[in-house]
Amino acid sequence: MTNDKEQVLNFETSKLQTLDICVIGGGPAGLEAGIIARRLGAKVMIIDDNPVLGGQLIKQTHKFFGSKAHYCGVRGVDIAGILSKEIKDLGFDVLHNATVVGYYDDDIIGVLQHDKLLSVKARAYIFATGASENMLAFDNADLPGVYGAGAVQTMMNVYGVVPGKRAVVIGSGNIGLIVPYQLLQAGVEVAAIIEIMDKVGGYYVHAAKIKRAGVPIILKHTIIQAQGRDCVEAALISKVDGKYECLPGTEKTIECDMILIAIGLSPLCELLYQAGCRIDYIPELGGHVPFHNEDMMTTKKNIFVCGDLACIEEASTAMLEGKIAGAKAHEVLYGETKQGKEIAQQAKRELVVIRSSPFEQRILIGKEKLKASK
Amino acid sequence: MDGYLKEHPILEFKRGKKVKFFFENREIEGYEGLPVAAALHAAGIKVLSFSERYNRPRGFFCAVGKCSSCLMEVDGRSNVMVCMELLKPGMKVRRQKGKGQKQ
Repeated sequence: MTNDKEQVLNFETSKLQTLDICVIGGGPAGLEAGIIARRLGAKVMIIDDNPVLGGQLIKQTHKFFGSKAHYCGVRGVDIAGILSKEIKDLGFDVLHNATVVGYYDDDIIGVLQHDKLLSVKARAYIFATGASENMLAFDNADLPGVYGAGAVQTMMNVYGVVPGKRAVVIGSGNIGLIVPYQLLQAGVEVAAIIEIMDKVGGYYVHAAKIKRAGVPIILKHTIIQAQGRDCVEAALISKVDGKYECLPGTEKTIECDMILIAIGLSPLCELLYQAGCRIDYIPELGGHVPFHNEDMMTTKKNIFVCGDLACIEEASTAMLEGKIAGAKAHEVLYGETKQGKEIAQQAKRELVVIRSSPFEQRILIGKEKLKASK
Repeated sequence: MDGYLKEHPILEFKRGKKVKFFFENREIEGYEGLPVAAALHAAGIKVLSFSERYNRPRGFFCAVGKCSSCLMEVDGRSNVMVCMELLKPGMKVRRQKGKGQKQ
């Protein structure tokens, strides 16, 4: 690559940027963390790898539910706008199109932006890197047309491009229910949603909407093969038994040109490994997650986490965790303030309320496991 | 240019200038500032590269710069993530074979 030399040179000669709190990731969790830390008076910078802030919010056309404090009735894409405006009003640094590529000695991070490598040193870090979509192994899973459900959501709702005409969705969690609904909104046909369990994984509200639209949710089935020469032309599915083994003779072919994988997400914790934070394996939280206490502090007292990185959950809880992380990171640097303490306590109370729903039991079990882990 | 959503009940798409670029030496059109992968899919191109060992066709998977499934050769550079690389007029985009040509 022609840029290699330039990058190395930039890294050696670039001036180290120093600041109080650096937030990595400009999604719902990171934005709230940055806003709170800034409001409490810290010098903050947010680093995000997209041209616009908001993370996954910018592709969510559905209205949130819950209480008014959690943007009930507001569409995700509009919440992104509200938070971005608040950041503009508060006036702090935002690095767009920038990726944090490494965590080095002396708590310095490398930031790649437009082929330039900058080095940044903050007194405290809040990681809100989010998660990446899980892949599923089946025959021909690498065929073009097998996409992450979130990937199609991005293409469709951010860029206005739909990469197919007829979709089969694998998994009926919230993403597996919301994305097909959005496909219908965009005028794309959805052949079926395939779910290996004996019940729908996501919220009933989303399932009801998709069923009303006439999309079948096929339970106790899984995909065994993507068919097609250069691109997906069909999905071969099969019924499974109680042990999730395929039952021979129950195979069915569904014609489609897109297979959307919506089987879950994994936290993006690579940078936390590099930083020396302890990583625990807690399946209920999404797999490998950085250890964190109730204050969202990792095993290093200058590093905080929030959002999907801390546990795969919803945008509303990500924002609350962000508030806690922002307040507590400020507290580590400046000592306890009345305002900061109140913000964190309030957010913790609201988290308890949201997670008290039977749907969120998994999260509570996961967080308990995390507490007990050593 | 058929693959772009024209009407949407909720969203409005602000698109850049219509520009010409090259895919495998063929001139096609796309909107400036959209990721190259979006412009290609709008033009009906889904195969972005071929795998190293078995020469299998590959497309994008994550569309957010995480999975490296969409690496292509752009203006002579190999291993460019086209889901993040934004379209510029005159760009030359090619399907990458394996690890791409050495630069």
